[in-house]
Amino acid sequence: MYVAVKGGEAAIDNAHRLLADRRRGDRDVPALTLEQIAEQLALGVDRVMSEGSLYDRRLAALAIKQARGDLIEAIFLLRAYRTTLPRFGYSEPVDTGAMQVERRISACYKDLPGGQLLGPTFDYTHRLLDEELDGDPAVDAGLQRTDAQEPAAHIADILGAEGLIEDDAPAASSEPGDINKTPLEFPLSRATRLQALSRGDEGFLLALGYSTQRGYARSHPFAGEIRIGEVDVEFFVAEIGFAVPIGRVQLTECQMVNQFKGSAKVPPQFTRGYGLVFGQSERKAMAMALCDRALRAEELGEEVVAPPQDQEFVISHCDNVQATGFVEHLKLPHYVDFQAELGLVRNMRAEHEKAFADSPSQTREAAE
Amino acid sequence: MNAPQRTATYNFAYLDEQTKRMIRRAILKAIAIPGYQVPFASREMPMPYGWGTGGVQVTASILGPDDVLKVIDQGADDTTNAVSIRKFFERVAGIATTTRTSHATIIQTRHRIPETPLKAGQVLVYQVPNPEPLRFLEPRETETRKMHALGEYGLMHVKLYEDIARNGHIATTYAYPVKIEGRYVMDPSPTPKFDNPKMHMSEALQLFGAGREKRIYALPPHTQVVSLDFEDHPFEIQRFDKPCALCGAEQVFLDEVILDDRGNRMFVCSDTDHCESRQAKGHRGELVTAQ
Repeated sequence: MYVAVKGGEAAIDNAHRLLADRRRGDRDVPALTLEQIAEQLALGVDRVMSEGSLYDRRLAALAIKQARGDLIEAIFLLRAYRTTLPRFGYSEPVDTGAMQVERRISACYKDLPGGQLLGPTFDYTHRLLDEELDGDPAVDAGLQRTDAQEPAAHIADILGAEGLIEDDAPAASSEPGDINKTPLEFPLSRATRLQALSRGDEGFLLALGYSTQRGYARSHPFAGEIRIGEVDVEFFVAEIGFAVPIGRVQLTECQMVNQFKGSAKVPPQFTRGYGLVFGQSERKAMAMALCDRALRAEELGEEVVAPPQDQEFVISHCDNVQATGFVEHLKLPHYVDFQAELGLVRNMRAEHEKAFADSPSQTREAAE
Repeated sequence: MNAPQRTATYNFAYLDEQTKRMIRRAILKAIAIPGYQVPFASREMPMPYGWGTGGVQVTASILGPDDVLKVIDQGADDTTNAVSIRKFFERVAGIATTTRTSHATIIQTRHRIPETPLKAGQVLVYQVPNPEPLRFLEPRETETRKMHALGEYGLMHVKLYEDIARNGHIATTYAYPVKIEGRYVMDPSPTPKFDNPKMHMSEALQLFGAGREKRIYALPPHTQVVSLDFEDHPFEIQRFDKPCALCGAEQVFLDEVILDDRGNRMFVCSDTDHCESRQAKGHRGELVTAQ
């Protein structure tokens, strides 16, 4: 019994003790270090930072270790820590155009300024299990370019110079919306939606984005550009009157180029879908860009016919900490409510039986 | 942590023979009913869905030790995914590969049909993302299967008509729907519509594999392939203002290459083999002559 009249406290203590034991596993196997997790499970760490909405590799690694590798649990741990931190302001917008790119590809052009840079990608690996990794084989260092990086112009600027793609709408105000400080109120601005999507569940957005490729809210995407690399974060300090760099973060940015929008006044142009996430999280950034574009249906005068276009549906359900909480809360005791339901169903059954007893012939005829 | 002692070994061309037999049966059925999408039990492949798992399964099933394989993506042999797939078959089948269209017995392609006309005995294998031409009009498979069975293609014509009403043009530039021998409407895979006429009455066998969607379809040699259109808006292919900057070819599909961020660009053959063959024969485009 998971709810005893007495002894609940001891049960919880023992459960936690067993959890700690299972987390540690066989004591003869060395414990994982945070450095091992951050270095060798880096993409898991990146996902936890991104959906945990906190850029700190060490804490994300700690959360993964504590969560026994359950990434949503780790994301939850990180969010629960993040919420206690003071919020002292907003950074200046980061300039992804000045990114020190480690990976940058465009599916739209064979070549373009700044080049196609594959970077550390699984894309063209053959998925054959590598038994050598059971040990610790020597690994060559990656090659570093020695020449200076040619500036990699954003694809949207290249297309924009010819007017072929819509402009990004100017920011509605200098103060960005903030989903941490204000309750969600639909309809949301695009900026606010993007915040929610950026920390939304990778799997959920992936499935929704995928559905737009299979006919549910079609929008003809091309991966205009994906870039991964580090950018400076600057903070405007009122006391000294200018912005100062306070650190660097690694980001993955995806600019989708989608099919046209035009009107009597404006000639047809490509439209945009945008994704931006912490760390190297390409799948997430791409799924986010597909969802962003689908969610712009109303703005672009498209018929809202499928779930990915419905912002209440998407934004209300994309947060995995919320989702896992509510789904899993069904494990909690519900016996008071259940008792009430029991009473009702017994009553209804008794009434049904009584009605049957009162007019048995009618019921029988109907059955025959 | 005991390491497994055995390193996994793989059959010729990766797939086991039973799977190949199953896929060959689907291919035979597809050839017998041109343009009809034959469901098949698509397997997981060692590359992701969307990278050409359908095409790879078809190629793996028809490949013999004497075949010569060419793999292109966007018309080019040197694109990353083409290189990767070619290497895969070199590794798991040990077959000969080529970049020359005329030397290949099997050509696996993504998004293009070679400019050099294909000959009898060659097989062109297309990688197909969405085999269903009606998918973006009707997302449900149960409905689209019914529409094909009944030859009910009115919706497609309405879509093309709405394009014209809205944009003055049919706004489909790739994966442009075709009708096969007056019966099935078929998706040619996302090749530019420029390539549609090459499918018509081709001497080569054309096979289409969609791995994620688990469908195979085919065009036997000498099959009638007609791009959908209207009498007053006849089907037209893309035209380019300039010839290829490297080989001077006209009436071929060109890639736009951006040279800088000041709007300078050049147009070059998307079919790299065609371009190189022409250059080898002494044809020169404006970029080469200028130097």
